[in-house]
Amino acid sequence: MAWVHEMNEVSLSELLPGEKGTVERISHAAATVRQRLMEMGVVRGIQVQLIRFAPLGDPIEVRVGGYRLSLRRNEAQAVLVTKDVT
Amino acid sequence: MSTSTVESVRVRTIAIIGNPNSGKTTLFNALTRLRQKVGNYPGVTVEKKEGRITFHDGSEASLLDLPGTYSLTANSPDEKIATDILLGRTAHTTAPDSVICVVDASNLERNLYLVSQIIDSHLPVVVALNMIDIANSEGIKIDFNALQQQLGVPVIPTIASRKMGIDELKKTIETTPKSNGVVRKWSVPEVFARECDELIDLLKNYHKVSEPLAFHEALDLLTTQTPSPHQLDRFSYELMEHVKKDHRRLDFLGIDRQSVVIEARYKWINNVCAIAVTQTKHADMSLSDKIDRVLTHKVWGFVFFFALMTVIFQSIFTWAILPMELIGDGFDLLGQQITRVMPEGDLRDLIVNGALAGVAAVVTFLPQILFLFLFLGLLEDTGYMARAAFIMDRAMSKVGLHGKSFIPLLSSFACAIPGIMATRTIESPKDRLVTMLVAPLMSCSARLPIYTLMIAAFIPSTSLFGILSLPALTMLSMYLLGLTAALTMAWLLKKTLLKSAPPVFIMELPRYKLPSAKTILLKMWERARLFLREAGTIILGVSIVLWFLATYPRLENGTASEQINQSFAGRAGHLIEPLIRPLGFDWKIGIGLIGSILQREVFVSTMGTIYNIKNADEESGTLSLKEQMQNDKDPVTGKPTFTVLTAICLMVYYVLAMQCLSTVAVMRRETNGWKWPLFQFGYMTMLAYSVTFLVFRVGLWIGGGA
Ligand SMILES: Nc1nc2c(ncn2[C@@H]2O[C@H](COP(=O)(O)OP(=O)(O)O)[C@@H](O)[C@H]2O)c(=O)[nH]1
Repeated sequence: MAWVHEMNEVSLSELLPGEKGTVERISHAAATVRQRLMEMGVVRGIQVQLIRFAPLGDPIEVRVGGYRLSLRRNEAQAVLVTKDVT
Repeated sequence: MSTSTVESVRVRTIAIIGNPNSGKTTLFNALTRLRQKVGNYPGVTVEKKEGRITFHDGSEASLLDLPGTYSLTANSPDEKIATDILLGRTAHTTAPDSVICVVDASNLERNLYLVSQIIDSHLPVVVALNMIDIANSEGIKIDFNALQQQLGVPVIPTIASRKMGIDELKKTIETTPKSNGVVRKWSVPEVFARECDELIDLLKNYHKVSEPLAFHEALDLLTTQTPSPHQLDRFSYELMEHVKKDHRRLDFLGIDRQSVVIEARYKWINNVCAIAVTQTKHADMSLSDKIDRVLTHKVWGFVFFFALMTVIFQSIFTWAILPMELIGDGFDLLGQQITRVMPEGDLRDLIVNGALAGVAAVVTFLPQILFLFLFLGLLEDTGYMARAAFIMDRAMSKVGLHGKSFIPLLSSFACAIPGIMATRTIESPKDRLVTMLVAPLMSCSARLPIYTLMIAAFIPSTSLFGILSLPALTMLSMYLLGLTAALTMAWLLKKTLLKSAPPVFIMELPRYKLPSAKTILLKMWERARLFLREAGTIILGVSIVLWFLATYPRLENGTASEQINQSFAGRAGHLIEPLIRPLGFDWKIGIGLIGSILQREVFVSTMGTIYNIKNADEESGTLSLKEQMQNDKDPVTGKPTFTVLTAICLMVYYVLAMQCLSTVAVMRRETNGWKWPLFQFGYMTMLAYSVTFLVFRVGLWIGGGA
């Protein structure tokens, strides 16, 4: 596909456990998901870290600021982040 | 006039609001010192917790514990209630006089989002900065004065679980002014602000919306993607057209309406935190993380999960038996005493065989209910409950449900009523409905006495392969049958009647913590009381009615067996016998089925009533119900009434049938109508009938009917 990603821009669901990223935007695909995620602090500029996958592979656990959020890969796909290079 | 003075003395109301797991309930308990009552909001079944708070000057106020919420943009019925009450949008209540906003200090940013929304409401608000002990241990230092200055409202540090800061909090609430009068400090692009002001004017002038609410409504209107039912209902066509134009203009200017306000608030929050908070150390891996490494591990996570479920079941089946037997023996003793001291007659009969039997049936349930709520309380309070949803979500999603449905379904193992009530946290109405519809298929504790009785009487207590006991295996099969039926029905409903997109799963995983004995005991007490009051009265009433039906009309002379045959109950049992014959049931079971439409566990006490009466003059009064059922023979054919197959069929029937009026009543309230409870009653009865029929036929074929 011809998505023009920024250099490191990936969706949150593509991070591996331990990897960090900074939220760039949340796609408009699902308005409620977007609203909820943003209200829970997943806003532009915040650093997130993928902690782990659930035992069955889905959902995923993400560190957002000072707390842990779990969400399905499906929803995580809407969150676009730039991978932090450490 | 005296009436007018009564009316004018309105009790002040204070609302407590906060994110889930911020310590709201703990704070509420500390402030009210347990002087509280639990009820329901009119029209919806969101639990309403109200308590009394006494101030230092002796004055009192009513304290309202609102459901936990992350924001004032309602996603679930629970959150909607919290928002509506807070903003005074409900018909029955005005906005509270002041608000305590509980904030988890260890997670300040996200918690301040709600605070910022509440400050905008202009209600007098006090921030209870809770869990500062945890914040400290994580190296988060908060400058309270700076925070207070930045927010513009009083900030009181508290540790609710240790009752620290409660007095200061009370003092501060006492003296809060009528309005917080804080000037909004977060800012949005000028065009957006202009449209917003314009809308506020319209709302105030043409829709009689008062100031702080007008601001909230205006923001909602401008940021929404599709107008909510509330908005369409409340506002005129003209206004909605105006809003549409605003949307077009803002969209044209490239302003992201949905994110602009949220981002503005978070920007402000970041500034506040930069000033008031310092992070002194960075814990790389907290204790919670270490625990989660194991408990959400691919292998160990499931090992632990299933081990835990096994322990819970084992304990309910074994530990709860002892107190249950003690209670049963106690009531037997009491019955004998009454029989000794009272003269023979209808009254004695009524008391011993009607009322006492009913009370005993109710009370023997308590140990199980207490055990189950002990475990559910532990799961919830330690933080494991969210992990259970996390682990199980994938599996639940296979039938189209949400990880959050797992908790209500799990609770339904205790009782479908709290299970159904626990579905309130599920945001999507259709998913919530599906969960409610299948919840009563989970084997609740009310079925347990039936399983226990039937298994003890008819399943030989031998063991399979040396380790698995047949009775335990039978019990497990019943639970698995219920579970399978629930999941299959959920899948079916999601595919057909209640088709909808896969639900959204966005859930906080709270920190693990040591459970608080008080929180759990309080919950157990609340549930036990609710059971005794709501289910207990029904069971007692039914017991007495059933005693009456089984006793009258009286035969002048004749054996007890003829007596019950002639009674109203016997006639009803006979009446439905043709209908239940294909399931292998006779008229006595028929009576049991009729009686237990109200409440499953009544079946056992009905059987008790039937057999007690029957054997009253046969000198076998000391025989237990189990033995009497084993000995019971069909008077015509001489074959035993109950066989292993009948016992299994009966259990299968009870696994699947909706024999519980309280659940019907709860469903009616939760869904606001009779449609769904009737549907539920219908489909479950049909399911139970057909599956039992199948089992009976297959059983006969195999030869298990001998
Ligand atoms: N360490 C600590 N624990 C607290 C504090 N306040 C509440 N808790 C505990 O946090 C857990 C959740 O509290 P609860 O009141 O049920 O939260 P709610 O969901 O907001 O009602 C309980 O186990 C409380 O004992 C606090 O200030 N410090």
